[in-house]
Amino acid sequence: MLEVDAIHAAYGQVKVLFGLSITVRPGEIHCLLGRNGAGKTTTVKSIMGLVPLLSGTVTMDGEHLSELEPYEIPGRRVGLIPQGRRLFAELTVEENLEIGLLVRNTGDAAKERVLDMFPRLRERLQQPAATLSGGEQQMLAVARALCIEPKVLLLDEPTEGLQPSMIELIRSALKRLRDEGVAILLVEQRIDAVLSVADRVSFIENGRNVETLPAEEAVRDRGKLAKYLGV
Amino acid sequence: MTGNLKENSLHVGVLVILAALFFVVSDYHDGNLARIMVLAVYAVGYNLLFGYSGLLSLGHALFFAAGMYGLGLSMNLLGFAALPALLVGIVFSAGVSAIVGFLALRTSGVAFMIVTLMFAQAGFLTALHFGEYTRGDEGFVIQQASRMIAGIDLSAHANRYFAAFGFFALSYVAVAILVRSPFGRCLVAIRENEERARMLGYDVWMHKYLAVIASGTISGLSGAAYALLFGYAGATFASVQYSILPLLWVLLGGAGTTIGPLIGTAFAFYLIDLASEITTAHLLVVGLTIVLLTLFAPQGISGELRRRGLKWLP
Repeated sequence: MLEVDAIHAAYGQVKVLFGLSITVRPGEIHCLLGRNGAGKTTTVKSIMGLVPLLSGTVTMDGEHLSELEPYEIPGRRVGLIPQGRRLFAELTVEENLEIGLLVRNTGDAAKERVLDMFPRLRERLQQPAATLSGGEQQMLAVARALCIEPKVLLLDEPTEGLQPSMIELIRSALKRLRDEGVAILLVEQRIDAVLSVADRVSFIENGRNVETLPAEEAVRDRGKLAKYLGV
Repeated sequence: MTGNLKENSLHVGVLVILAALFFVVSDYHDGNLARIMVLAVYAVGYNLLFGYSGLLSLGHALFFAAGMYGLGLSMNLLGFAALPALLVGIVFSAGVSAIVGFLALRTSGVAFMIVTLMFAQAGFLTALHFGEYTRGDEGFVIQQASRMIAGIDLSAHANRYFAAFGFFALSYVAVAILVRSPFGRCLVAIRENEERARMLGYDVWMHKYLAVIASGTISGLSGAAYALLFGYAGATFASVQYSILPLLWVLLGGAGTTIGPLIGTAFAFYLIDLASEITTAHLLVVGLTIVLLTLFAPQGISGELRRRGLKWLP
């Protein structure tokens, strides 16, 4: 279980998070919703240690992630799929996967598992990542993160700029991971892409978690969406 | 044929050709090739840092000279035999690169280039300052009688050639294995994007530090081998020119390719050799050729071959 407890974080002098707390349970997709600049991406970066915490803690199964160096966190089976995919463009699909596999030396079994999940990548193993389509690049970003066999997976706008068929593919993969017990924290702008897969939703406003509720409740109560997101 | 098999075949082929060349070419070219192979070890070391890790050092002459003086001074001043002196040269350059790496990696980009350059200049001036021992620019000769390992006279023509071949083969194969290892893959990931590599779970600083040490040690091996095989050590080898040369060789041959350093070193060596036969303005010819190559093959000779179809080229 991932527990984010009252974290404060800042970019230099600019404070972005003000005592934000969330809990992501195993086998759940927990979605962060909020307007631009609300602090969703900063929350994800803070969990990964990429933005230093001013106070508060991040723990996973009782271990303090906030006391670790950023590069140590993926070794604890916390995977991040950042906004914009962030692949190694010059490297081939296979080399990108190897970079992911080497973090925990998860080996061929993990590689086969992710290639079974995304068969299209198997056909493009020797192709440089830069030459893949947007959807395939996102598949590769997800596949690379899965190479560490994560217990917790953080995704920052994974469907951004993708065509509907690709979005559906990513959604299916997330559902499958959830069913396997992975705790998933999903940051999304597209409400339609979220509410159909999420189990719980947290609304982030001005760096605070103002409300957490089951996804079906958010679907029913459109007033909440209007209040927090202006839609 | 799979990529790995092609790569391995290429490596074996290169080594077989180099060994066979001794029996084919004249004595003059034997001597040149021995020198090229020793200097190519230097380029191989430099390529590990620049080509695979993306760190541009302007101070590698310090590591080359550390190996050279480590061997030369321990033989001439302390009376060491050639083999222990060779080990002293290697260990000394490893130590120097560990210290320089530890301090220089507090910086990055242009600052890293300048800091490494400053360290090398400090090393050069130190060699001049202690001229009583190093004989400064003039340098010193390592006596032929002491350049023996296990009764083999390394100053003899064939012995020198195959010793140079051995040094090159050792570094070439070691780096070819290293860059295919998990460590090597991580270096490439760091070269591509440090932040991404860190985010994925790699200790970027430690990988870069180990790369500096490995690169500096291989460069030191080259310096020690040069002094041992050619019997001379001098402060010229610690000058900025010898920091620029490996960069030039690697750029010409192809940065981030295993075969590139050898190609680049041989190309630059023979370009100067041939141009100087034709004209006294040979450096102009060399300069123009390098400019043209940089313009039309910016990824170097092997990089260009890779781009033109030999995708598997390591």
